[in-house]
Parts: sequence; C-alpha cells; structure tokens
Amino acid sequence: MFEAQTFTSARIQGGVREKLPHDSGAKHVTGEAFYIDDIVEPLGCLHVVAAKSTIAHGRIIKLNVSQAREAPGVACVLTATDIPGQNDVSPTGTNDDPCLADGVVHFQGQPLFAVAAETIEQARAAIGLAEVEIEPLDAILTIEDALAKKSFVLDPHTMRRGEPDSALETAPKRLKGRIEIGGQDHFYLEGQVSLAIPGEDGDVLVHCSTQHPSEVQHNVAKVLGRPDNAVTVEVRRMGGGFGGKETQASQWAALAALAAVKTGRAAKMRLDRDDDMIMTGKRHDFLADYDVGFGEDGVIQGLAIDMAARCGFSADLSGAIVDRAMFHADNCYYLDNVEITAHRCRTNTVSNTAFRGFGGPQGMVVIERVIEAIARALGLDPLEVRRRNLYGGPGRDVTPYHMTVEDNVADQLIDELSASARYVERRAEIETFNAKSLILKRGIALTPVKFGISFTTTFLNQAGALIHVYTDGSVHLNHGGTEMGQGLFIKVAQVVAEEFQIDLDRIKISATNTGKVPNTSATAASSGSDMNGMAALAAARTIRERLVAFAARRFGVAESDVTFRANRVRAGDHELSFAELVKLAYLDRVQLSATGFYRTPKIQYDRETASGRPFYYFAYGAAVTEVAIDTLTGESKVLAVDILHDVGKSLNPVIDLGQVEGGFIQGMGWLTTEELFWNNEGRLATHAPSTYKIPTCGDRPEHFTVTLWERGENVEETIHRSKAVGEPPLMLAISVPHAISDAISSLSGGRLLANLDMPATPERVLAAVEDTRARESTT
Amino acid sequence: MRDEIRFLLGDEERRISDIDPTMTVLNYLRREERLTGTKEGCAEGDCGACTVVLGELSDGAMRYRAVNACIQFLPTLNGKQLLTVEHLKAADGAPHPVQTAMVEAHGSQCGFCTPGFVMSMVALQAEGGAMDRGRIDDALAGNLCRCTGYGPIIEAARKMGPSQALKGGPLDRDSIAERLAAIGPDGALALVSDGTRYFAPTSIDDLSQLLGDYPEACLLAGATDVGLWVTKQHRRLDPVIYLGAIDDLKRLTITNGELEIGAGVTYEDALEAIAEHAPDLGELIRRIGSRQIRNAGTIGGNIANGSPIGDMPPALIALDARLVLRRGENSREIPLEDFFIAYGKQDLEPGEFVEKVRVPLSQAGRLRCYKISKRFDQDITAVLGAFNLSVTNGRLQSARICFGGMAATPKRARACEAALIGKPWNEITLAAARDALTEEFQPISDMRASADYRLSVARNLLTKAFIETTQAETQTRLIGPGALALDSADGGTRV
Repeated sequence: MFEAQTFTSARIQGGVREKLPHDSGAKHVTGEAFYIDDIVEPLGCLHVVAAKSTIAHGRIIKLNVSQAREAPGVACVLTATDIPGQNDVSPTGTNDDPCLADGVVHFQGQPLFAVAAETIEQARAAIGLAEVEIEPLDAILTIEDALAKKSFVLDPHTMRRGEPDSALETAPKRLKGRIEIGGQDHFYLEGQVSLAIPGEDGDVLVHCSTQHPSEVQHNVAKVLGRPDNAVTVEVRRMGGGFGGKETQASQWAALAALAAVKTGRAAKMRLDRDDDMIMTGKRHDFLADYDVGFGEDGVIQGLAIDMAARCGFSADLSGAIVDRAMFHADNCYYLDNVEITAHRCRTNTVSNTAFRGFGGPQGMVVIERVIEAIARALGLDPLEVRRRNLYGGPGRDVTPYHMTVEDNVADQLIDELSASARYVERRAEIETFNAKSLILKRGIALTPVKFGISFTTTFLNQAGALIHVYTDGSVHLNHGGTEMGQGLFIKVAQVVAEEFQIDLDRIKISATNTGKVPNTSATAASSGSDMNGMAALAAARTIRERLVAFAARRFGVAESDVTFRANRVRAGDHELSFAELVKLAYLDRVQLSATGFYRTPKIQYDRETASGRPFYYFAYGAAVTEVAIDTLTGESKVLAVDILHDVGKSLNPVIDLGQVEGGFIQGMGWLTTEELFWNNEGRLATHAPSTYKIPTCGDRPEHFTVTLWERGENVEETIHRSKAVGEPPLMLAISVPHAISDAISSLSGGRLLANLDMPATPERVLAAVEDTRARESTT
Repeated sequence: MRDEIRFLLGDEERRISDIDPTMTVLNYLRREERLTGTKEGCAEGDCGACTVVLGELSDGAMRYRAVNACIQFLPTLNGKQLLTVEHLKAADGAPHPVQTAMVEAHGSQCGFCTPGFVMSMVALQAEGGAMDRGRIDDALAGNLCRCTGYGPIIEAARKMGPSQALKGGPLDRDSIAERLAAIGPDGALALVSDGTRYFAPTSIDDLSQLLGDYPEACLLAGATDVGLWVTKQHRRLDPVIYLGAIDDLKRLTITNGELEIGAGVTYEDALEAIAEHAPDLGELIRRIGSRQIRNAGTIGGNIANGSPIGDMPPALIALDARLVLRRGENSREIPLEDFFIAYGKQDLEPGEFVEKVRVPLSQAGRLRCYKISKRFDQDITAVLGAFNLSVTNGRLQSARICFGGMAATPKRARACEAALIGKPWNEITLAAARDALTEEFQPISDMRASADYRLSVARNLLTKAFIETTQAETQTRLIGPGALALDSADGGTRV
C-alpha cells in the first residue's frame, strides 16, 4: 500500500538557502493568484463606501442619513450610533481611533458614516443624499503649529547618555542645523479591502488584506461588541503592505463586518485609490534640529537632537514609531555624549502609521545630515567622517539607549563596498567633470545602515505555527505571519522542508487565519522570517521528534540511529520514504500535528530609563549612489547604485535580493519624487498616482549592483543564521539625497552644506542650489 | 448602423447591447466576465495594473496595443480583440514566454501589478526588434511596481525572447485577423442603454451632423481624461460621441513642409513622424503619460481639452501651429494660441469640434522643449517651456516662446520675445528677457510646484535655451537624446 517512491537526489528540492522563486510567482504572472477582491462574492454581496469629512476639524451639527437609507440599492447606512460595541479601532488601547466620527471630526477625509448597497455606484450615489453640517474648529495642520501649541498625542520622550551639555560646550567645533523630512504614502498596488461573511450566532469571517489578522480580529470584535472568538480573520496574500496594512486595515474590516452582521449578507469594503490615500495613514513627516560638537578630526563629541513627528489626529503606533526614530538616530555611529528628544505632534490630519523602517529611516536621515554637516565644515570627504565615527570595539560600542553593539560589521561593509564601487576614483572623476560642466553637476555618496531587529515593544516578539502531516506524507503549513509579497511563505516552507528533509512541493502553504494560529503579532519589524521561521521549525521539530521516537521503537534502534535524508528516513539498516514512515506512525497512533512557538531571547528594554537591549541583533548594509543634477531646474537623476548588504546566511538569496533592491527603490522614491502635499485647509492634494509619484522603471539606473555580503552570518542563533531583510535596505537609499547634496555642494567646492530638505524634488534641489550659490558669493 | 458592440474576448466573440456605454472595460472584465486577473490599482490610467492588450486589424494584419482597461469604455472595443492575462497560456496550459521570463527573473513579489506588466510586455514583444533599456522603460513607464524596484522585470523583458507564431487560440494572429474581418471593423454604432446614448460615427460628416443634433454631447477620443470623469468624478455622461471609428480623423500627412495631424491621431502614432522633424517635440511626446496613455490619447484631445498643463499646446504654439475647426458644413482655421481664451474656455462654438492641427515644419528642427515635473516619466507637467529661436550671426531674428503651467492657459511669452527679437544673443539680452518673464507671468502654487519655483525655472529654461544655442559643447540634459550618461552604465550585477 505504500507508494513505491524512488529518490535519487541526495539533496531535497527546496531546502534552505536555495534560490527559489516566490511560491505564488507562477500564479502572479497568470492572474490566477487571488486577492480579496478576486474571491467569488457570495450571492447578494453588498458594497460599503464611507462618506468623508470635508473639514479638518469641526463639530458635527447635523448628520441626517434618512434619504441615503431610502436610496436605490441601499441595504443599510451605518453611523456612530449604529455601532453595537466600542467605536474604536485604535491598536494600542488609546481609544482615540473612532471607526466613524462621533460628534467631532478630526481630519479631512475622516469617515462620517458608511453606506452598504448592492453596487459600489449605488453606495456612492447614496452618500451624496445625506445632510451633513460641520461647524469648523481651529485646525492644527503642521508640526510647527503643533509644537507651538504643545499639541501631542503622547508625551515627549528623551534618551540620554553621557554629558551632552558639557560636551557641546567644550567641543572645539559646534554646528546647529535643521532638516525637514517628508512623509510617504505606502502606495501598495492593492488598496485596503475586506470581505465580511456573516455566520451563525452573530459570528463573522473576514477576508482582510492585512499584515495583522489578530489585531483586525480584536478590533472587529470590539466594534461588534462580541468576544474575539466570534471573529475569524483570514488573509492568503496582500497586494503589498509596507506597514500600511498593519493597523490601517481594521477600520474597513470593522465596517464591512458591521454591515454583514446587520444585514445578514456578505459585505465588501474596498477603498478606491483616492479614498485609500485620503483615509489611511502614512509615513510620519519629521522636523529635526541638531546641535553637534566635534573635534577637528570630525569625531562627534556631543550631540543633541530634537525631533518632532506629525502623528495626525490619533496615537496609532506613533509611540513606537517615534521611539524607533530615536533608536536609529545613531545609525552606525558611536555617540559619546548624546541627548535625543522626540515630540509626537497631534495634528488634524490622517493618523500616520507604520511604514517600512517604522521611524528608523527618519532618525537615520538626521544623523547622516549631521555627518555631512561636519564633513563640509571641516573640508573632509563625508565618507571619511563616517568612518571616523563608526562604532568600534570596547569603549566605542554602546548606543544612546545603553545597548552594547556586539555584531558591528559596518566598517567591513564600507571598506569592501568603497573598494568595489571605486568610490575614491569616482569622486576624483566627478570633481574633474564638475570643474568643466557648467549646468550639470554630479555627486556621490556612500551611506551605511545599521538597523535594530526586534519589536521594541518586547512582548510582541512571539510567534506561533501549526503544522499537520497527513498520512500521505504531505504537509500543511500555517503560521501567524502574512504574505505581502516579501516571500515569507516560501522562506518558512523552506525551513520546514529542510527540517523534515522533504521536497518543498510536499508542503502546502496556507492562508494566515486567526482560527489556526491565535494571538499573533503583526508581520512587521522585518521579523516575519525570524519569528515565524523559528515557530514553524519548532512545530516541525516536535513532529520529527515523534517520528524519530516512533521509528526507533518500530525498528528497534536507538533514536540517534534514526536519520532524515532527502525524502527518506533511515533507522539503522531500515530505510523507507518519509511518506511510508508517516503512514506507519499514523497506524501506531502517533500525533502528526503540532504547534510551534517562539519568543525572541535576550531582549529587554526599560523605557522609563531608556536603556536595555531592545534588539536581538542588527542588520547592516551600505550603498554608494551617484547622481547628476541640473542646476537650472533642480532635476536630478540617479546614475549608478552599488549596494553591499548583509542578510546573514540567507534562507533564500533571490528573495532577499528582491527585498534589498525593492527596498532601495522605495526609499529612493520617498527621498526624491514622492511628495505629499496638503493645502492650508488640511486637504491632501496628492491622493492618486497622477499627482503622487513613486519611482517608475526608468528611474532605476542602468548601473545597479546589488551584492549580498558573502561573509554575512548572524552571530545570534536566528533561523539558520539568517538576518531580517524587510526594512533595512530601504535606508540604503539615504545615499541618494546625499549624492544630490554632494552635487549641490560642488558649487562651493564642497565647503558648504546644502540646505536640502526631503523629499529632494526639483523645487527643493533648485532652492538648495540657489541658497548655496548665494552663500558662496557672500563668503 | 449597428446597435450592439461586437468584439473578440480572447478568441470568443461577444455581442453586447444592453450595457451602460460608459462601463469601463475593467469593470466589464471583473464583474461581467469574472476575469479577475486584470486589477484595479488606481482607476485613472496611471498605475497600469489594469493593462490589457487590444488587437486590431491594420492593413489586414494584427496590430497590438496596450491600454488601461480602467478608463476605456466598453463600446470602444467594437471591432477589436481584447486580450487579458487569462488569454496568454497555450492550449496545453503552458505559460506564455513572457510569463515564464517573469517567474524566472523573480519579476513578481506581491504580484498585484504583475498581470499588467505581463500585458505591457506582451505588447512590447509583439512590436519585435531588439529589447534595449530605453524601449523597455518606455513600454513599462505606465506600470507601477512598489515591490521589486524594477530590476527583475527589466531582466525579464530582456530575456522574454521574440514573439512566437502560434496556431489556434487567442494569440493566433492569422485566425484572429480573419475573425475580426468577419466581425467587421470598428463600424458605426448607436447604443442607448441604461439612460446613456452612445454614438460612434465613421465619417467627419456624420460626426458633424451628430454634433449638430447633440451640441452638448461629450466627445470621446482616447478616454484618457473623459474616462476619469466617470471613474473619479462619478459623472454620468450623455450623450457620448466616440471619435475613434472615424478614419479620416486619424490621418497624419506631410505636405509642402506642413504636418497635418487629424484630431484622432494618437500620440504614439504621431511620435515617430514628429520626432523625425522635431526631435525635442518627439522627446516631449515620449514623456507624455505612458505607453498605454499614448496608445489611446490623441493630440487633438490634448488641445481640445483646453488644459493649462497639456503638453502639446505650448510646443505647437511655439511652432506657429494652426487649428482647423469644423461645425456643420463649415470649417475655419485659427492660430492655435487663439484657441485658448481663458481657464476652461476655448474658442469653440456649440456643435463645433477640432478637426485637425497644422504644424509648419520649417522651424521644427530648432524647437527646444523642456518639460519639468517631479518624475521624468509619466508625470504631469509643472512647467513646460517651448522655445523657437532663430539666431543668425549672433542676433535673434525671431523668437516664439510659449509656456505651459505658467498661466490659466498655455501662454506665449510675448514680452520676453520682444526683449529678444532683433537683439544680439548674449547675456545682456538674456538678462533682460529673463526679467520680462518675471513681469509677464504670475503662476500659481499647487501640489506640483510653487509659484516661485515655476517662475524661477521658467527664467532658467530661457537660460538653458541660451546655453544650448550658444555653447553647443555644454551638456545640459539629464534625459533624452544627448543626455549625460556614465561609462559604467553596464547594467550592474545582482548576486
């Protein structure tokens, strides 16, 4: 009865470190991969649309939806008073994220009420029939205004080490400066979408495009006034997430679920692109002031950074996001005497949220600007100042939050990359070019990245998995991580294939579902593979150990004589296929299903004292970017990029490569063409790709070299010694604006720092060009 | 005149009459046919996730064009073949070579944009020829990917190989050509459905008569703007008169040094002929919208639309183009610049339409156009400067300068021109002409650029034109022909 399988290869197909394509690749290219909006709609499925406030801040005087209720096709209209549970979808219990506005509106675009109708067109038409009156209140729209009025969503927070005040006083050189850093829309190609299907007992199943099914489950239950076990959330894949579907998916899931439960019909809420961009949060924009003291050698002796982030109307994840900006205000540099303070500004704009890097990129932009300011002041190459300030060994290895850096490789990466990318030679070539070129100027920059891996909220560093082995030896794999394109599912499947020593095609990757693995953390903080890979490994190991014990018993050998080889198991002199062993184990009543759990070791952090070890380890990388600018128009073009990135021992090098180069281009967009523009009434004017410009194909330079660092290996015991890769590469793109500012500085022979704010649009570049020329002519 | 739409969906004929004529091709595919491989990413023709390929008979052979399904109306498929990502597999289920190339190059991550990329690449492959980076960028500029950074997709395009002749199925050119011939070309159509009237005349005379009957009708050409009135503004359009079935509006001719462009000529169809005579105008057209938009959008539409930030009018005004307007039996010809009266107001009588534009080519070679936008490809212009300067013996004989994005209409820089004409072309004249620009333009601030930047850059564009016309050896361009390039632009490596 056992299949006569013959396996000739000594190595399984699809173990760890293999360069395997994305598990859904073949379905992506044929259009056969289902996203939420592609799922066959249940008969009579309703479509939900929310009405948006046109006022940034105001009191709702009148909200009459009776005519909308009577409109053709309308099944129900939902207002705040129709919410049976709590009108709140806040992620951290701050209770400040109403699902539907109640009494007061806090930003332009806030949902006032929602209509569920037979078609999306009918729902939209019905919205226009409601009578809405809002009495405007004073609106706080900018960081400056919020700082002046002390309008904060959370208290300011400070990290401190050493004696920054006296160090600043006594340093031979001292500089102060300011930089503005813009936000960024996620622009996942698939917008927010949820499909809710009502069940019995008031239960609901929600298919939701989210990075955080557990939180969506909690929020839907909270809004419905039901226990968590009444709500199941499932997601097979997202059409991109980037942090935007961590907390921001709940509201639409809750509204769809509410419509479904109220009507007994399935209900879908899919935001169109404009609604998505207007109604969901983005990367925080920052304003940062720095005050740095340094020696003639360029080594930082004291540093004070005061940052402020625009959080929008509610806290969302701003606490942790701004903390992460502070955690990364050192980047790769040792700061002996340092004080970092950050303000979380409450404004009447959409509540900003997680976005790849989670505040880290903004913190890094600040310190890299400080480094360049020092270099310009001393007439040094910025790379030289970077090198002189790197972490290095005892005495120079403690972060501003009192964690010892034990795995620093930034110096090695910089050395290797600057050599392979010919940094020194190219700088000389560029100087020659610039001396002769009247209009176009070139610039080059090498910037490193050190990114802390772990959720800084320590309890989130846990993950679960569920594995079933069926009697034919095929495997069902499930875990709490979600697939948004990053390749998490294939990586975890490779881990399981390796553990069982079976070919990858024996493993079924399945949708993330709160009914299978509960209480999960978001797939965020680059932690997906680290944590879910470990949890899946634990589950697989449990089953494997049971199989080993069974085989030893069955064949009368010691457990140490049971070995798993490619699709086969050997027990002493007996050899059989994995499937055969599984079948025998089943007949012997061995449990072939197991859960696995993982909690990241070694980490602890005391926010009160701003000290501890928030990160298990650091991921490192470095990039060299060369640009050219047009000094008449401010236009810029990236000419060449060279990247060296450390992913440890990669679980899947092609997947990791995709994360590195994709992250770089996304970061490049943030810092160059992607400009969010709010008018002075708080209306977002850039709410579609016609006005909000992410990079296109042609923006990727023809010379683009990406190398995964061959010597990379995680010093910590991570899953197969790999390193997280989701977020860190985005920050490699900080080399882009530094190459631009280098080109601008060439107008002053490299002596003046370009006052370039982010994103470096043609307008900002031209302003910095003219400012540099004006200062140059007066010195 | 038919009252039903006939087209091929893959290789299956569809005959449809009872459908809202402004239903988009995308909604039709996803809702009516349940073909969900084609995605909605933006519903405005900017992201390309909805890219489909239209097959048409052209001189008896199949011609393929990628378009955005999200803004095309279903009746415009009349007489054509609609190909979606579902139609690419071979009869035995084998993936199309473009699909295989994308998987092998790791060209998808989240996968949502992927079907659109695949369709753009299939259309590019059908054009034939060697795949260099410039062609790939141009074909894919209208497809946004947020995950990959484009490297693997570029690699896939390089490796997808030539288009293969297939027997049977939707990609069999010969049999599909026969089927389309049997259905009949994009013939006259009159639909009334769901309260919307839709007409597709096939001659200029018929159009003229229809407009006489329905002077308030919405004229539809490429739908690259009108489509958004439906998908973004949720407007109901009625009646709609489609210009795409009128062959006489699609003529592009050159006679006696004059280029005549019918109002229905698409950007893409005009690109090559224009680039040959006016390289800068060719480069400008290359940067208008994306390939999908240029395949659908028309130069006539860009003019008739009256937008202050349309790219064609400033360049054509600088070339002293004239516009032929038609109403009933009567035609009149006016200078293009006189067409734009004020914001949203053009010199167009009720029932009158743009028939063609006439462009003198004698000065086209010296036209210099500079399009300033946040992103090089597929972006809407913040400032467009078009300079037609004639310099003899160091003196400016003539100057026609027109700007887009600097006023409520495309606007000639007459004071600047006056400061130039007859003057020696030197820095003193340049300074005076720059000052003239400051005097005559009061641009607005919006999300594309501030007023200050617009004015600064307009002045600097004149400086750029000065440098280019007086110091030929100076490099001034970041993109387009003659752009700065690195010796090390070797494609790089990914390991």
